[in-house]
Amino acid sequence: MERQHAGIVAVITMSPEKVQSGGAPVFIVKDNKELQTIGMTLEKIMDAAAHEIDAKTLVIVAH
Amino acid sequence: MHSYLIPVLMGVVFGFLSRLLLLRTDFRQYPTYPTGRIIHLSFGFIAAFIGSVAMPAVLESNWTAVTFLGLAATQFREVRKMERESLQSIDNSELVKRGLPFIEGMAQAFESRNYLVMFTALITTFCAVYSLWLGIICGIILLLIVKFNKSGKVLSAIADVKEAKIRFVGPTLFVDDILIKNVGLEVTRNVITEKAVGVIITPKNQNSVVTLSYLGQRQAMLHHVATVLGSYLDSGEQALVPITKRDMEDGRIALFMLPSEKDFHQVKAVLDKVPILDSAIRMPEEADKGK
Repeated sequence: MERQHAGIVAVITMSPEKVQSGGAPVFIVKDNKELQTIGMTLEKIMDAAAHEIDAKTLVIVAH
Repeated sequence: MHSYLIPVLMGVVFGFLSRLLLLRTDFRQYPTYPTGRIIHLSFGFIAAFIGSVAMPAVLESNWTAVTFLGLAATQFREVRKMERESLQSIDNSELVKRGLPFIEGMAQAFESRNYLVMFTALITTFCAVYSLWLGIICGIILLLIVKFNKSGKVLSAIADVKEAKIRFVGPTLFVDDILIKNVGLEVTRNVITEKAVGVIITPKNQNSVVTLSYLGQRQAMLHHVATVLGSYLDSGEQALVPITKRDMEDGRIALFMLPSEKDFHQVKAVLDKVPILDSAIRMPEEADKGK
């Protein structure tokens, strides 16, 4: 409950033109399946949560 | 002093009995069995002893003794500190945390119980000095008072617990109409749809709106459900962590969690019995706000 600040640790996207790298690494993928797989892998590695920005972009957020 | 032996013994016995009555190791497994119990029972015994020898000391006008006893009584403040520290260190390894306010409430309860024991012993001895039978009657009455006043209010007294539907709008998770969070992975969304239980807690009046808004109270609810029903969760599974969100318009609380077994009936039964934390009780209705 006592939630401290959250930080984006990675960005996964199908539309790289929309995302600018700024601290967090950007993973560029080609389809939704890859988006989900990489999202899943990163979520498990980072012990973080994947959140959807839009249908083509996920961010991995460490709470 | 010899004539005081029986009254003092009686005070100690009744004081200790009241500690026994107050000490429950239930599903929360706290105090731990048997080590935690020994700690508390011995503390209770000392408290009973201090309480019961105070009265003869006063009657004998032995003021040095009385002063020392007063000093000894203040040592029980340490009980609270001890409880708080040990509970806090345990809490760090808990999947669903108790939360500091809940810990503070428990620590307070432990301290106050020792004072209750002292009080029981004191009154019992005082009565027993006059007549042994009066002492016994007094002791029994005090035990009954202790027995029936030990628990505070529970959640069902201040709010209604209802099941609510879990649904996704795109990646956004809702419990009924209250937004919970954004879930990015389809796999996780499927798990949540399949296993999660959504609950809406509707406060019964203005006072309970404020009480329920308290984060510590909400964490205590989550902790209770998680301890009793287990949770589908592991460390590092951020997406599955149970959370509560508040409807800022009317103060309803939405609770989202994944119990081991999806059965709303059990969740409701547990939630109804969640204690209301002392620190959460607010009475804005009784305050003067110019209305």
